[in-house]
Amino acid sequence: MEFPESNEKRKKLGQAIMFGLSRGISYGIVALLFLILFFIVKQGIGVISWEFLTAMPTDGMTKGGIWPAIVGTVYLVLGSMLFAFPVGVMAGIYVNEYAVAGPVKRFVKMMTNNLAGVPSIIFGLFGMALFVNQMGFGASILAGSLTLGLLALPIVIRTTEEALKSVDDTFRQASYALGGSKLYTIRKVVLPIALPNILTGLILAVGRVSGETAPILFTVAAYFLPKLPSSIMDQAMALPYHLYVISTSGTQIEASRPMAYGTALVLVVIVLIVNIAAALLRNYFGKKVKMN
Amino acid sequence: MANKLETIDVNLHYGDFHALKGISLAIPDHSVTALIGPSGCGKSTYLRLFNRMNDLIPNTKITGQVLMDGEDIYKIKSSKIDHLRRTVGMVFQKPNPFPKSIFENVAYGLRVNGISDNSFIENQVEKTLRQAVLWEEVKDKLKKSAFELSGGQQQRLCIARALAIEPTVILMDEPASALDPISTGKIEDLIFELKNQYTIIIVTHNMQQAGRVSDYTGFFYLGNLIEFDKTKKIFTSPSKRETENYITGRFG
Repeated sequence: MEFPESNEKRKKLGQAIMFGLSRGISYGIVALLFLILFFIVKQGIGVISWEFLTAMPTDGMTKGGIWPAIVGTVYLVLGSMLFAFPVGVMAGIYVNEYAVAGPVKRFVKMMTNNLAGVPSIIFGLFGMALFVNQMGFGASILAGSLTLGLLALPIVIRTTEEALKSVDDTFRQASYALGGSKLYTIRKVVLPIALPNILTGLILAVGRVSGETAPILFTVAAYFLPKLPSSIMDQAMALPYHLYVISTSGTQIEASRPMAYGTALVLVVIVLIVNIAAALLRNYFGKKVKMN
Repeated sequence: MANKLETIDVNLHYGDFHALKGISLAIPDHSVTALIGPSGCGKSTYLRLFNRMNDLIPNTKITGQVLMDGEDIYKIKSSKIDHLRRTVGMVFQKPNPFPKSIFENVAYGLRVNGISDNSFIENQVEKTLRQAVLWEEVKDKLKKSAFELSGGQQQRLCIARALAIEPTVILMDEPASALDPISTGKIEDLIFELKNQYTIIIVTHNMQQAGRVSDYTGFFYLGNLIEFDKTKKIFTSPSKRETENYITGRFG
């Protein structure tokens, strides 16, 4: 049989166009990320100094440092994870290990997805209504952490669920076959295998939480505080909100512009460091699972 | 010889699917029984009756009697199922050691059942690894990950893991189908050794393997037990046409 030569050429051309396009797009996305980073570094590097990182803001936040905002963000990230991680992991265990396939499980999964799609300002309003007012926490690190924790919950639940789902069922069966209960099997076999992937959820959640402004707006964030928070019932400053404040309000916006870029740079670097640290942690656990 | 296991008119449905159709079969103590038949014939399902692994699949309905030492294991309290599974060891198709050390894999069944005496556990681990003819290969690296072993070694480790809690019955679901011929040979030798102490049921797709290791053979087809007899009889003069067709490779 004779196959037309033109067909081969058309195939080759089609391949070239499609691959070229998708390659171009993916490189473009990487370039975009670098562009953003470059822009922030270029604008912000000038103000970065030891004083900027460790001093309180002065002169109407046009001078001095951003130390209280860094501290506040770290507190909020830790607080929200302290809440969201155990709660989310337990919910993920329920959905994947215990819930029987059927309408209830489907409903829970659907609602978890919907929760992830709720705009963050709504979380802020809800947090204010529930934690700040109803439960009487006032604007505080506690209220802000819980609000951010709620926002992070669906991410942790979904990744936990996916991580557990990827654990081969024969591991569970082998444990049951030795007389292991469901709980023992989950604790000793399933969770250790799934842990590295569950930590991925934590990374994603930390990245999300540390950059959110809307949920902390009414629940914790302070425009300016003369001293660091001393308890979880205190208000705190936070990097994203600080950035928003010095970029949009105040009488000397132009004067505080460099401070804003410096703050943005610090925020980006902190998220980057958290991501790298969590990735290292995940690799470490991944190895440990194999070793132990 | 006494019958260790027996099923009387067992029917099993997964939802609408009738997977086992009135299976009556008695399995003698201290013997190896091979279950053969084409994929989907119900032989693995039948195997999993004896440690109630089918219970884990939703919408499973089982009727009839499944007896172990004369007691119906589907009449026991659900709290006794763990106890049942302790007396029935299982080896799976793909080697599936836990992501733990070689030592901890074998010790798992002891720990899960509440044994914490370390010297007892150490003795039991060594004894069982010797039984599984793996001790010489792993005695210097018990703390190493089980994943560092070869596939054949991993499968012998899984057998050791099952033996550690001293079951009386061992169920093997195509234990050598993922292994190379040399590893398969070692597993078969091991099965031959173990039958003095245990009652073994092995599901296999490999006719030669069934012929080599088993005393009895049951041929399943479309959820029916077509024929059950001494292995020698099944492979030399089967009484059913379907059996003969299957073992001579005319279908399946």
